[in-house]
Amino acid sequence: MADATVAMPAAGAAAPRRKSSEGAGAAPWLLASPALLLFIGLLLVPLLLTVLLSFHAFDGARGVLPDTTWRNYVEVFSDGYYHEIFLRTGGLALGVTLLCIVFGVPETLILARMKSPWRALFLIVILGPLLISVVVRTLGWAILFGNNGLINSSLMSLGITSEPVRLMFSMTGVAIALTHVLIPFMVISVWANLQKLDPQVENAGLSLGASPLKVFWRVMLPQLLPGILSGGIIVFALSASAFATPALLGGRKLKVVATAAYDEFLNTLNWPLGATIAMLLLLANVVIILGANRWVERRFSQVFDA
Amino acid sequence: MRKNGLFSLLYHAVFIGFIVAPLVVVMLVSFTSKGFISMPFTEGFSLRWFRAILDSTEIIRAFWFSLWLGLASASIAILLAVPGALALTRYKFPGRGVLMGFFMSPLMIPHVVLGVAFLRFFTTINVTGSFVWLAATHVIVIIPYALRLVLSSATGLDRDAERAALSLGASRFTAFRRVVLPLILPGVAGGWMLAFIQSFDELTMTVFVATPGTTTLPVAMYNQIAQTIDPLVAAVATVLIVGTLAVMLIMDRLVGLDRVLIGKN
Repeated sequence: MADATVAMPAAGAAAPRRKSSEGAGAAPWLLASPALLLFIGLLLVPLLLTVLLSFHAFDGARGVLPDTTWRNYVEVFSDGYYHEIFLRTGGLALGVTLLCIVFGVPETLILARMKSPWRALFLIVILGPLLISVVVRTLGWAILFGNNGLINSSLMSLGITSEPVRLMFSMTGVAIALTHVLIPFMVISVWANLQKLDPQVENAGLSLGASPLKVFWRVMLPQLLPGILSGGIIVFALSASAFATPALLGGRKLKVVATAAYDEFLNTLNWPLGATIAMLLLLANVVIILGANRWVERRFSQVFDA
Repeated sequence: MRKNGLFSLLYHAVFIGFIVAPLVVVMLVSFTSKGFISMPFTEGFSLRWFRAILDSTEIIRAFWFSLWLGLASASIAILLAVPGALALTRYKFPGRGVLMGFFMSPLMIPHVVLGVAFLRFFTTINVTGSFVWLAATHVIVIIPYALRLVLSSATGLDRDAERAALSLGASRFTAFRRVVLPLILPGVAGGWMLAFIQSFDELTMTVFVATPGTTTLPVAMYNQIAQTIDPLVAAVATVLIVGTLAVMLIMDRLVGLDRVLIGKN
């Protein structure tokens, strides 16, 4: 059916517009159907298959058995080996999140105070690495770490340490590298929050006699809390599910959830157990992201209503 | 806002140094003349490792594979994202929010989980090692990025020119091709490029479903680094960095990098 009529604007009057809901009906679904079909077939179905897989049994000699059992979940929840892995991953994610907040928030504020073109330039320098593969960034850290790597040789030649600091194959190194990989997300989140703030509020605080530190603590920081928390949620979720950086810099002994799933799937070939770990990771991710986001939105609804 | 004091600028300098340090180090190491990881300052710069890339058939093959995979995936993703974006911005219908969330969901799913799920799916229908199916999985992972950029161009689009064309007798498709498409082209082009980059860079999910015949460049580099770090892989990484910078420049001209990286304000 052709759109035959377009209202002609009368002189001096606003043109009456057609409603944007153009007899919705089937049209939007038709337009979205190719993508929708792909997603249902290649996203929902595989995820469902994986859930089912996690309930199968596994025998070292016979492979995957099509029984249905809770055994894999019981094993993951009761075995100390997996407790250690989950704790290590949780601790890593928490540490990286804190580092990103402590170091990323001040930098974003400093950026906001810059004049163009510096502000845009440095924003690109900080966010650009997101477009470079994580393998490249992790390789850089692998070169920097290492007993004869750049960091240790500099520290020792400056006399700060007498022995090489163990960074490669240590959680410290993994945390530093992950912070490097994920801090742009914190900057993005706080930056977006900053754009919504009224710059005059800061000036008002100063003109009323508060010291700059007090203005930062009592005026700026509370307003930035939603952005900091949203960024923190993203960083936490991404570091908890990180694979390449812990795999390359942590080594075989320091497993995190993602590398443990890889291990079960591609080394031990215990697919049901690998699927179980993957499903638990997915569940944790969804719960953290959706739950925490909802809490932030409710708690800070005034900021989002702006 | 107040200006930055000396302390702030110093902090900023250290921060920027932290951000670029790994990348600079990779690029420096790739110019070493020695046969192991070292800085080129003492012995002199050399291009031997870049020449060595040309001799490495595995790397070359992985590079071309990643290139074709990226081209295919990004193109399919855009072909699906454009009608999807039009559906989401032009119509109010029940389930619109759910549909949008569904299309954006790959952003929330850990790539490890996606890799496991895709691998399970592939072996169930016996298509491991297929380029087409691998491309399809990349499409799923990169569509949110393409969709986001196309949406930023399509949302709030002034429909008057389109309505004028329709009232003058143009078919819906002609009106789309000659009027709407040129208007949303920056978002479409930017979305395509961002999708391509995400596909080219993808590692974690691809590690699960790659086979010796379908190895992407990041997977090849990952396998190499897991064994031993040598200047060859650093040289490859340098090529990737420079290539990404070039694409970023083009994206900036087309869409504006800040819109790609942060989103429309």
